[in-house]
Amino acid sequence: MSAAVIEARGLTKRYGDTTAVDGIDFTVGAGEIFGLLGPNGAGKTTTILMLLGLSDITSGEARVLGHNPMREPLSVKRLVGYLPDTVGFYDTMTAAENLHYTARLMGIAKRIRDDRIASALARVGLTEVAEKRVGTFSRGMRQRLGLAEIIMKDARIAILDEPTNGLDPQASLELLDLIRALKAHGISILLSSHLLDRVQSVCDRVALFNAGRIVLMGTVGELGRHVLGGGFAVEVEAESGDGLVKRLSALPGVRGIETPAPGRFRMTCDRDLRAEAAAAVVAAGGRLRELKLDEPSLEVIYTRYFQQAAERRQGEARHAA
Amino acid sequence: MRREGSPWQGLGVVMLKELSDHLASARMRVLEWLVVLVALAAVYAAITQVRDATAEDPFLFLRLFTTARDPLPSFVSFLGFLVPLMAVGLGFDAINGEHNRRTLSRILSQPIYRDALLFGKFLAGLITLSISLIVLWLLVIGLGLLMLGVPPGGAEMGRALVFLGVTIAYAGVWLALAMLFSVIFRSAATAALVTLGLWLFLSVIWPALAPAITQALVPSNDEATLVITAQMLARLSPSTLYGEVVLALLHPTTRTLGPVYLSQLQGAVMGAPLPLSQSLLVAWPQIVGLIAASILLFVGGYIAFQRQEVRA
Repeated sequence: MSAAVIEARGLTKRYGDTTAVDGIDFTVGAGEIFGLLGPNGAGKTTTILMLLGLSDITSGEARVLGHNPMREPLSVKRLVGYLPDTVGFYDTMTAAENLHYTARLMGIAKRIRDDRIASALARVGLTEVAEKRVGTFSRGMRQRLGLAEIIMKDARIAILDEPTNGLDPQASLELLDLIRALKAHGISILLSSHLLDRVQSVCDRVALFNAGRIVLMGTVGELGRHVLGGGFAVEVEAESGDGLVKRLSALPGVRGIETPAPGRFRMTCDRDLRAEAAAAVVAAGGRLRELKLDEPSLEVIYTRYFQQAAERRQGEARHAA
Repeated sequence: MRREGSPWQGLGVVMLKELSDHLASARMRVLEWLVVLVALAAVYAAITQVRDATAEDPFLFLRLFTTARDPLPSFVSFLGFLVPLMAVGLGFDAINGEHNRRTLSRILSQPIYRDALLFGKFLAGLITLSISLIVLWLLVIGLGLLMLGVPPGGAEMGRALVFLGVTIAYAGVWLALAMLFSVIFRSAATAALVTLGLWLFLSVIWPALAPAITQALVPSNDEATLVITAQMLARLSPSTLYGEVVLALLHPTTRTLGPVYLSQLQGAVMGAPLPLSQSLLVAWPQIVGLIAASILLFVGGYIAFQRQEVRA
């Protein structure tokens, strides 16, 4: 990982007695897509607002490209583009007029303003509706217009709060592609979401939030090994074949095998055993219909983590008793 | 520790955008029609009345502003309720509107301070009100010239100009109040209702209530103490202050806005008009009070806005 563009150390936010964000530490490296994931109300948006200097930091420290968001909010906001949760625009103004207004607030020089706006709109595919009122836009188009604003700003970091929230599958796939394109242009990205599976595909590293704390952090693979015990899951679907279960479970490296349905086998193994499994099926005279390696999904990791946490707590309670 | 950068960065941009929004809005259409109708009604009423009156009045032109003719109120009393309505209409959804459109966090994530957004909106509102009031003022003066056929004197024009300035300050008070409530209440409808409620209370109920409160709370039989206390209380309302300034400015014979003691009348020539500078002195505390009230209310809104969380 190269130099960090965002650093948070012991970042804490309290509202009266309630603690929204409780001493979190994380860094986002240059050119990386970092995901803040977790259920609604876990403190993701609050963390983002503190990084932008839009909300006071109760204790702890944050650095964004070397600037302190509490003391130098303008420097931070000049370098960071922000797409809020369900972004809003002035409905009576056109897409281009909306960008014009923010371009003037950003202090973009007049002679390059029009070019920047046009190329940003082209990048997100909104050139044709540039002169349409934003009031007629769908949610997906508004989100893309929000990304155009970040592109126009020439931001070094893009902070996206729930970018795919409320979008239909097609629109959210398009948006994720645009986010990957941002990364390809060298922009570091911090995004938050409660939709674990959807953002898993774009994030280099993720931090899982729960009740104001980061409970897990790393690449999806690392988290999978940590929580799920480092297993590979190989799924086999085969017709006929004698004693397949026995043959498969006898393969070296297989830890366990389940039969979720007749003719379907799910093996937990130490390494990728697809080739060996295929050979075993053929050797047993069966016809192999499907063979796949399951990537650990964030959803599974997250649920499993909390199951384990609950079990640990129960264990401790028993121990204490 | 000082904040980096200037709080005014982006102020001009916000102001121009808000100003063009105001000027193009449907509210402005309504305001323009109100302005024209009020000017016509007031001038018509005043002129028919003034014609009947004596032409020896040295301040004939000022009568345009102050003369009423049943059933129409005078131009100044028209302004007394038109100005707050216009100001509330322009300010009641200044901040909560941005919240509800979900544009606030996007705008504030640009390199500007909140100061620029709030002050830019206030200035845009005040400029819009000033434009309407200046147009209204010019209409009345122009119609007066046409229909009376008498040119106003220098002193009269001086008084009319100061009167215009004070009316703009009075508009500023209500605009600042409306913006304060637009920060406090998330719903624009609530903010509008509360502001209008407070306006009704301050301009209609409070002046009537002040003497009653004095009677109940001040244990004194001295007539002067009671009157002065009641007047002090009534002056908490910007409408009372505005009414008093108008009285001093447009009726040049006004020598004091409070009770007069016999000793003060020694040597006075009753019924003789004061020069403009003396009339200004009479109304100076009220003028300062109006300006101070708008600054205080704006600062209140500023503090509330700075402390507010931006998340919806």
